[in-house]
Amino acid sequence: MQGLPDWITLGGHGLYVWGSYAVTLVAMLVDAWSARRAVQQQRDRLEEDPT
Amino acid sequence: MFASPPRFCAMAAATTPWLWAACLVLTLAGLYIGFAVAPTDATQGESYRIIYIHVPAAWMSMILYVAMAFWAAVGWAFNARMGSLLAHALAPTGAMFTFVALWTGALWGRPTWGTWWVWDARLTSELVLLFLYLGYIALRAAIDDEQRADKASALLAIVGVVNVPIIYFSVRWWNTLHQGASVSLTAAPRMAQIMLTGMLVMTFACWAYAFAAVFTRARGYALERDAGAAWVHEHLETHAKERA
Amino acid sequence: MNDAGEHAHELGFAALFARDLRLASRRRIDALLPLGFFGVAVSLFPFGVGPEPQMLRQIAAGVLWVSALLATMLSVATLYSGDHADGSLEQMLLSPCSPFALASAKAAAHWCLTGAPLVLGAPLFGVMMDMAPLSLAVLTASLLLGTPILSLLGGLGAALTLGLRSGGVLLILLILPLAVPALIFGAGAVGASDAGLSVEGHFSLLGALLLFTTLTAPWATAAALRIAVE
Repeated sequence: MQGLPDWITLGGHGLYVWGSYAVTLVAMLVDAWSARRAVQQQRDRLEEDPT
Repeated sequence: MFASPPRFCAMAAATTPWLWAACLVLTLAGLYIGFAVAPTDATQGESYRIIYIHVPAAWMSMILYVAMAFWAAVGWAFNARMGSLLAHALAPTGAMFTFVALWTGALWGRPTWGTWWVWDARLTSELVLLFLYLGYIALRAAIDDEQRADKASALLAIVGVVNVPIIYFSVRWWNTLHQGASVSLTAAPRMAQIMLTGMLVMTFACWAYAFAAVFTRARGYALERDAGAAWVHEHLETHAKERA
Repeated sequence: MNDAGEHAHELGFAALFARDLRLASRRRIDALLPLGFFGVAVSLFPFGVGPEPQMLRQIAAGVLWVSALLATMLSVATLYSGDHADGSLEQMLLSPCSPFALASAKAAAHWCLTGAPLVLGAPLFGVMMDMAPLSLAVLTASLLLGTPILSLLGGLGAALTLGLRSGGVLLILLILPLAVPALIFGAGAVGASDAGLSVEGHFSLLGALLLFTTLTAPWATAAALRIAVE
């Protein structure tokens, strides 16, 4: 822990701050990916069976 | 404007790349302001910097719920499919922001107040809002008939939006009575102007993100609904050509 | 099952109300199930938190209120399914009979069959949780005002989830957030009286909530019924 630069450890609060942003990033990626999938899946489904 | 699914899809496809770009730029700007420019808080130290995502996420969760109820109501009242489609597309993203608001609230609470969860008015209301979102999504998923799903979930969303002020008020009331849990995340650090600016920029970043994600999801739903239609065939052909 | 001879679609509030009670009287055991659930649920808590009277007294109001809430929501899921199954619901909605009256009558009947017994039975369990007499009185009064709210909200949930596979659990997920204010004001009244504070605020708010719910919930329920039956 001592060797890490200040902007990571943030005076001991690093885990919480960077943890928050990490959770957010993951949640947004999951959300965006699910949105993209809605389009991809539908395109694939329609290409197989255009009815 | 985009009253019909094909027009909406065209508009969405055109604007989405710009929205993603805007989101990226605004996020970088916001984080730069929030971390590199804004000073350390006197009382809370560095942990307050979570505010730059916690507050925008909370705001977005509320705005998107109202938007969802609005579009669902429009879809129901005017029999406009696009309205119901948009409401359906808004729900997962709104729920995501609520989830983020809750998690970042907990991660903020831990270094600041020593506990992982605080039953303060704002966080508890966010929790109830999450349940409202999940209820909407669950009801939609449980009904097979599309028309009934649209209308029933629209009614639920309207009932929800009417009740949100009542719920928020009652949670505030409840919170002030039980003074044991007297810490509140709303007692935020006194905001230096630069902190507010950072928060605002991050809020716009979340807006851009929400538009991009919701437009994309709505396109998927539009394709699904109009599966046999002519415009869908054209869309697929254009897309296939682009890929080739 | 309903009598083929009953012309349900011609009835007004009073007649619909009486009809529901009459139908329920043929299945008396079913009518007592919510009360049984309530008793079991309340009795679980001492097993969970220990039998110490001090602790039980503190959590009693909350436990009783939440158990009443759950008992109501579990019992309301099938409020409309009987009529839906034999087609009389559709007839009633097509007829000049006001859907608002139908929803109100159903909720009122549900309250008589479930809510009222809960109001009468709760003090008994309150005593088992070492509640003081004044607390018991406040609790009973809060449940008296609160359980009709729960029946009305439950009716809305039943209409929204009519005929769906996951009906019961889904109903609970949908309606519980809406029931939070009633729970807060109801259980909070007991807390306030225990702390020596005035319960006026709580009861005013609970009363206002009851009024608001009585005026709006049947209307939303009627809309939900039409959506479900179309």
